[in-house]
Amino acid sequence: MARSSLFQVLRPLSPRAKLVIGILSFVLPVGLWSLVSYVPAIWHPQVMITDPGSVSYLDVGAHLARDAFDSEVADASHEGRAPPRGVPANPIYLPSPGEVLKAFYTSFTTPPETKDGQWLAQSLWHSIQIIFWGYVISSLIGVPLGVLCGAYTALARVNEPFIEFFRYLPAPAFGALMVAILGIYDGPKIAIIVIGTFFQQVLIIANTTRKLDPALLEAALTLGTRSRQLLTRVVVPAILPDLYRDQRILLGWAWTYLIVAELIGTTSGITWFITQQARFQHFPNVYAAIAMIGILGLGTDMLLALLGRRLFPWDRSLAKFA
Amino acid sequence: MNDIVIPGGVIPDGLLPSYREQSAAVRARFDSLKAREVILTVSKLHKTFESEGKTTLALKDINFSTHRREFLCVVGPSGCGKSTLVRILAGLEEHSSGDVLLQGQPVSGPGRDRGMVFQGYTLFPWLTVKKNVMFGLEVNGHGKLECEREAMQWLQLVGLEKFADVYPHQLSGGMKQRVAIVRALANQPRILLMDEPFGALDAQTRARMQAHLLEIWRKIDITIVFITHDLDEAIFLADRILVLSAHPGEIQELIEVPVPRPRSVAQIVSAPFLATKARLEELIYAGAHDSAEEEDYPIMGRMTHVTDNVE
Repeated sequence: MARSSLFQVLRPLSPRAKLVIGILSFVLPVGLWSLVSYVPAIWHPQVMITDPGSVSYLDVGAHLARDAFDSEVADASHEGRAPPRGVPANPIYLPSPGEVLKAFYTSFTTPPETKDGQWLAQSLWHSIQIIFWGYVISSLIGVPLGVLCGAYTALARVNEPFIEFFRYLPAPAFGALMVAILGIYDGPKIAIIVIGTFFQQVLIIANTTRKLDPALLEAALTLGTRSRQLLTRVVVPAILPDLYRDQRILLGWAWTYLIVAELIGTTSGITWFITQQARFQHFPNVYAAIAMIGILGLGTDMLLALLGRRLFPWDRSLAKFA
Repeated sequence: MNDIVIPGGVIPDGLLPSYREQSAAVRARFDSLKAREVILTVSKLHKTFESEGKTTLALKDINFSTHRREFLCVVGPSGCGKSTLVRILAGLEEHSSGDVLLQGQPVSGPGRDRGMVFQGYTLFPWLTVKKNVMFGLEVNGHGKLECEREAMQWLQLVGLEKFADVYPHQLSGGMKQRVAIVRALANQPRILLMDEPFGALDAQTRARMQAHLLEIWRKIDITIVFITHDLDEAIFLADRILVLSAHPGEIQELIEVPVPRPRSVAQIVSAPFLATKARLEELIYAGAHDSAEEEDYPIMGRMTHVTDNVE
């Protein structure tokens, strides 16, 4: 494919180019990570000790900054002692892709380290429930309110100035308040996700509703539609595909509030797992858990996109880019 | 007045019959048309717009009436308010003063007794062709089975039954407008308002749609008010043509088209057709001379070599 045809504004790609470029979007960052991890000449600012030699404070497997290691080697050889030996290594917080991949498997099969601890799957399931309820509660009020605000200007004027103000308040700022009101368990966590999602939701969905082609409303009116039928007969079905897309974006939004929400009150869910693993310096597990969130998010979104194409076969707006 | 240029040559001015001259058959048709009851009456209609504190008179003292099964076209230069007029008739816009009476009853707001076909495509994209046609019946409280049966009958009538389960985006522009016409007709309105419905179609499709519309109009008890800026289209379709002038929009003349029915494409070079067209051009373009539009096209300086000519 010629370069000129790849860089044209809004030009759809051929199916093959779409596949290749899509795969590259994951291959490129992972490739970069592999280079940094597996090629000793790139970065590797530390040395992992394989033989402490005569240096009493070193253990096998310990990480040491390269210049500190070099000076230990120099000292030892100067004094005729056995020099320590080691291999170039990256800091412990950057495990290699292979280690993370292994941790991906083992973190699911490893029992919790403490008696009251949770398996990774349990933590994840708990997080999914928090997201689910936060998102559902927000949507139950936010979607109808957004549609109504979009449809009726008076209602928009009553709600939107306040909502505009409120959406600038960072949701985590309400953490302490929510704990005081809702206790320390799941209540405040769900509340933070609701606060983080709801206000954006109303505004986004109201905007989507306003983008409805007024000619469709006029056509419906000339067919004898009464104005209270307009909402259910025309407005809602007409915006449904766009509303569905908004809801997908907002679900992603809800996920971004998850970690903050789970730190509130008693730390729980995937956040608890991540902080625990980080405390024990099991960084491959940390990466595995973070990646798991990404996979879950992307997975749900892809499923929902697929479902959307089934639900709205008439929707052409994004068909050529999908 | 100018000479008329036709494909076969030139008809010198004066040899063309007057557009007021009607053959006996045409006169008889108009007599029977006017004997039918009046469907729509517009009297002393005014429309003003308020914008930035300024009041603009869009329509001034519009008076006309249409009889049952009449085909009325409204033409005029851009800005004459013909779209505003049809939107007022549909009830989509309010008039400032005057009366719009449908069978003697004043019109307020849109209603199923006045169907409308728009220039843009306004089929509901989430409904199949059949469900689009059912829409009007359903919102007016008919049972689902009845709506379905009637919709299918209408689709069969205009030969669209094959496309009953197809979504609008799968149809061509002409097909979309055919469905839009059927959707409006399924409600059995007294009057069908059409706001440049074929304006977005290519010339070939447009010609076929005009013939198709006349065929529908012949077979159904419907009165049509058809807005267009295409003079040939107006003459080809109309019984009478309402000519509006711009700024403010007011009636210049209500022309009785002397072209006999049934209409065919061949009539486009017939004397009554050309006479009517000459009159329309005179009315519409004569008024346009003093408008600002004329000054907007300057004579350009040459940007090519002096020997490099295209004509």
